[in-house]
Amino acid sequence: MTAPLDVPATPTDPAPVPTVAGVSATAIQGRSLGQIAWMRLKRDKIAIAGGLVVIFLILVAVFAPLIVGLFGHDPIQFNSDLIDSSTMAPKDGTGISAEHLFGVEPVNGRDIFSRIVYGARISLLIAFLATLLSVVIGTLLGVTAAYFGGLVDSIISKTMDVFLAFPILVFAMALAGIIPDDAFGLTGDTLRVALLVFVIGFFNWPYIGRIIRGQTLSLREREFVDAARSLGARGSYVIFREILPNLVAPILIYATLLIPTNVVFEASLSFLGVGVRPPTPTWGGMLSDAVRFYTMPYFMLFPGMAIFITVLAFNLFGDGLRDALDPKAR
Amino acid sequence: MTDPLLSVQNLQKHFPITKGLLKRQVGAVKAVDGVSFDVVKGETIGLVGESGCGKTTTGRLITRLIEPTGGKIVFEGHDITHASQGRMRPLRRDVQMIFQDPYSSLNPRHTVGAIVGAPFRIQGIKTEQGTKKAVQEILELVGLNPEHYNRYPHEFSGGQRQRIGIARTLALKPKLIIADEPVSALDVSIQAQVVNLLEDLQNELDLTYVVIAHDLSVVRHISDRVAVMYLGKIVELADRKSLYESPMHPYTNALLSAVPIPDPKRRKERERIRLQGDVPSPLNPPPACRFHTRCWKAQEICSQVEPPLLALATGHQVACHFPENAPAPGAVSTTGEGLVTADGGPAAGDGTAAE
Repeated sequence: MTAPLDVPATPTDPAPVPTVAGVSATAIQGRSLGQIAWMRLKRDKIAIAGGLVVIFLILVAVFAPLIVGLFGHDPIQFNSDLIDSSTMAPKDGTGISAEHLFGVEPVNGRDIFSRIVYGARISLLIAFLATLLSVVIGTLLGVTAAYFGGLVDSIISKTMDVFLAFPILVFAMALAGIIPDDAFGLTGDTLRVALLVFVIGFFNWPYIGRIIRGQTLSLREREFVDAARSLGARGSYVIFREILPNLVAPILIYATLLIPTNVVFEASLSFLGVGVRPPTPTWGGMLSDAVRFYTMPYFMLFPGMAIFITVLAFNLFGDGLRDALDPKAR
Repeated sequence: MTDPLLSVQNLQKHFPITKGLLKRQVGAVKAVDGVSFDVVKGETIGLVGESGCGKTTTGRLITRLIEPTGGKIVFEGHDITHASQGRMRPLRRDVQMIFQDPYSSLNPRHTVGAIVGAPFRIQGIKTEQGTKKAVQEILELVGLNPEHYNRYPHEFSGGQRQRIGIARTLALKPKLIIADEPVSALDVSIQAQVVNLLEDLQNELDLTYVVIAHDLSVVRHISDRVAVMYLGKIVELADRKSLYESPMHPYTNALLSAVPIPDPKRRKERERIRLQGDVPSPLNPPPACRFHTRCWKAQEICSQVEPPLLALATGHQVACHFPENAPAPGAVSTTGEGLVTADGGPAAGDGTAAE
């Protein structure tokens, strides 16, 4: 392509006239990328529905004591009077009544509604904290690996491979066995939650780390990074001011998609008995208890549904978020 | 002659090719292999050549975005060839770069104000009436609306985005601007605008440009002197008029013959020189004269003795054993003029090479 620049009088000579370059000042109001993404997200009804369910679940978890106080019973309170002592099942099969909306559990007659509500706390708390841990480690190491490259990249990438190959379930079970009831200055549920957050979060970071590394590799080659460097910017400036703002979208997307994975993971660990210990209610633990009464599948219904709805809502919301923030990724 | 603003001496950049676990070096891409030129204050020097000839690498070496393998870069008397980032930082105010792709050179997450204000922030410069005022003045200078301060790059067209990039470059009032293909990503109609803007700014702010381009028309329009590069070396360096009117190096001739002529009658009169084959790999460039594999004038000596870059006429340097349009064989600037014409061939070439 060759410009007809030899022509002596080029039609436009813009410098002295500021209006040549574009629209007048009072024209359309500019929109930031965030506003554009929000507009796209608003149009995606399914994602919005997912998002509303997510908000509802978070509210349930936060206000669990209030909700339980209004409707039901303490989640660890036994109601032996509702249990048939010969079959160990609730007297009318489910125990549903005005007082026990979802019925009661077999054997000890604990209120299922209260346990589901409180279970949301443990599930979401662990899923959020573990995701946060993964995202922080993954982002830091991913950006570091890609930005500095060379030996640093080799070491971090190989570490990711090692972590991905790690039999995390076996490790978690072993760890749950050897950690005493109080360790690291923590006891009881706090210790168990911290342990689960560590195990789930610390072994999941390579997934997000790889994504961030790849994104950073491509961002690093963009000319705005060169522009910053040619202005004399230090590495920290380039990473925090130029690269990280461009990683917000992938971080948000993959964090939202990692949360449901972690919900399932936490439920699996609780199911296997290496999660938070009874009598503290967890969805996985409730499923595990219900398995003993497999002839009465009703008791699997609510914990199973809770996990299913949580995972589905987060996934739908995460997918919508990805479409809104990164329309080219589809 | 006054001291040049920028002096590049025998600059080299070899990108190593490594193999295996131990990163054994098995070869090197000789992207820039011995480039020398001076830039005088206030002039515009154009750097032309095909893709992969090392012109962009040269620009990035001068701004020290990449580390030179050899040679010397002297800016205003400071040797900045291997200056540390810390030592380089204050000098970066004076040497700035305009980037090729206006879509990739602006951070999509920053507002125009943040992009053009970044130089002040990075260099820690306080302006009298605040950064915002300074940025708006620069925006106005490059023909953008100062009200666009809070807009994001995606709201602008390619030409406007390139103006934003130019505004950022000008923020610190640099002395030397390296423009790496400043218009090649733009529409032809917008190219003229941006080229004219660059010229106006040069007059207004007393700028010195090194313009890297593959478009000979753009270079002809904007440059005072032109350097033609081939495979990491400068093959011809002359002022604009003599380069375009009487090119000496066969490669320059071939390049110029490829420039489209808008007039069909004139086009028929011109003889189109078609080069055979591809540009050889810079991994393993041909020995001696790098152009001899594709040169129709090549003789044995071309593959044995490397022709040095010599001034065959006043201000016209060329690296060729058999230059065309040459006034006198071996007439180096020190010797007198008016010798025999260059058609003589081998003997003249020998003489040149021996010196």
